[in-house]
Amino acid sequence: MTLWDTAPWLLWSIVLPLSAGILTFLFRRAAPWIGIATTLGSVVSVAGLAAQVVHSGPLRYSVGGWGVPLGIDLRADGLSVLMLVMSAVIGVAVSVYAARYFSDADATDERAVQAHQRAYFWPLWMFLLAGLNGLFLAADIFHLYVTLELLGFAAVSLAALAGKRAAVVAAMRYLLVSLSGSLFFLFGVAILYAAYATVDLTALAGKVQPGPLAWSALALMASGLLIKGAVFPLHFWLPPAHANAPTPVSALLSALVVKASFYILLRLWFELFGAVVTPATATFLGLLGAGAILWGSAQALHQPRLKLLVAYSTVAQLGYLMLVFPLAQNAGSALTAWSACVYFVLAHACAKTAMFLAAGNIAHAAGHDRIADLDGITQALPLSVAAFALAGISLIGLPPSGGFIAKWMLLQAAIGSGKWGWATLILVGSLLAAAYVMRVLWHAFTQVEVARPLHRVPRTMEWSALALSLLAVLLGLMAARPVELLRSGAPVSMHAPGQT
Amino acid sequence: MTLEPYLLYALAGVGLFAIGLYALIARTHLLRKILALNVMGTGVFLFLIAIAYRSEPVADPVPQAMVLTGIVVSVCATGLALALAHRVQTTTGRMVLAENDESGA
Repeated sequence: MTLWDTAPWLLWSIVLPLSAGILTFLFRRAAPWIGIATTLGSVVSVAGLAAQVVHSGPLRYSVGGWGVPLGIDLRADGLSVLMLVMSAVIGVAVSVYAARYFSDADATDERAVQAHQRAYFWPLWMFLLAGLNGLFLAADIFHLYVTLELLGFAAVSLAALAGKRAAVVAAMRYLLVSLSGSLFFLFGVAILYAAYATVDLTALAGKVQPGPLAWSALALMASGLLIKGAVFPLHFWLPPAHANAPTPVSALLSALVVKASFYILLRLWFELFGAVVTPATATFLGLLGAGAILWGSAQALHQPRLKLLVAYSTVAQLGYLMLVFPLAQNAGSALTAWSACVYFVLAHACAKTAMFLAAGNIAHAAGHDRIADLDGITQALPLSVAAFALAGISLIGLPPSGGFIAKWMLLQAAIGSGKWGWATLILVGSLLAAAYVMRVLWHAFTQVEVARPLHRVPRTMEWSALALSLLAVLLGLMAARPVELLRSGAPVSMHAPGQT
Repeated sequence: MTLEPYLLYALAGVGLFAIGLYALIARTHLLRKILALNVMGTGVFLFLIAIAYRSEPVADPVPQAMVLTGIVVSVCATGLALALAHRVQTTTGRMVLAENDESGA
């Protein structure tokens, strides 16, 4: 046994960003380097953790050796490892982008604002990463609440970073929504504790039985998470908060933060409430997803601004994730639906980050992000437009992208269980996504005789967007590995798909 | 069936949560919304304390630990919310969330 095999990697993936948060606050000049080093460090620790989970199955770690019920336990299985990989990889790309973005004089309007943004971005982003990693590793539902709040605070502060009127108002609304969502969740935690005298996920898993207490806990926790996860029709706060933030922040919020709420919902639904959920509730969540896909895409189709279009596309794509609940109802297709939705999370994270970064580059170069006035941008920014298009391929779900594999598995699950309605919805959603991506490219590829004056975009900013979009496309070619990892560590209920 | 004391407190907690939620949706002034969130939080804490009180002869420490953590979180949340509300007032001149107000919260 070497140090690599035995090191408590899951602890490192929380401790590293947490200490980096303090360091970047103290040493502002070195902050970008500390930030990039930390995200690279979290890639290493996630790699170590993944090796451990592949080797010896799901892990559990008692922080400080206290153990339950008063201590905090961490645990890692296939799902949490994949989520950590996602946050680490996105983290590296966004950090590299942000290092250049916040030091570029043209990127922001005024120097004072820019210094302010640079000073606060790094600590907040590191705390965000710590909260996110803590959330993915949480072993009990109260710890999930605390990490959800930590994540929320960092996310709201980042959303307010631009300091402009629209950003501050959007951030305030985001905070109110986020806090009320967390309180709903906490109330659910309290009810579960009242009924079963434990908050440990594993201990609760076998105990939760259908009854008024379990139903009210599920209703409270699910509504809290749906509002925090911006699931239609509770998505109203998302587009302004995401579109008005600085570019790296928009990418982080859209790619990672909304996924955290979905991750908790997924865990609760399949591990805790497997015996409680009814086909009707699953269908209800699926219908919310359908609403999100149709409404989000329709809104994206006629947004005047590029960043708003991308934000509404997030609303639509989140709808696909909700489809896992009705599709997993059928025992035969449960595992396919479950893998599909986790893969969808990964593919969307890469594609959406790339898309936001590319949109940021385009807005930076043109000085505005009005879609109608983007003609000729391809001549100036071929790499960023390519990144946008490649990310679009994954969002639409064209082969060989990650989005294609995810949608393919969703379709398999839908058709395999004879649910043609959901299958049609998945295809219609893809067509709508194609329409709004094409709408941007249509304008971007229009040639102009006289080039408009454009700001220069640093090369690192273009390449980090392109790298992620390539990853989003290539994810389709390496689907076997993640899906296998997901299976080996999947919750027990997945191996014995008998829940209705 | 007699009403156990802990049940009374637990129901009061539920009531506070509901009152807070109502105010959060119905009131427009930001300070009122922030206070409403605090009332909601207090409702949950009261509920947790009532659960702790249930066990005999000594109170269950776990919900109490949760409430302590919850209070810390809620103080931070209130601080952040107040700072943001102040910023909203200085940038917009008003203490309400006016523009494209399709929101309840």
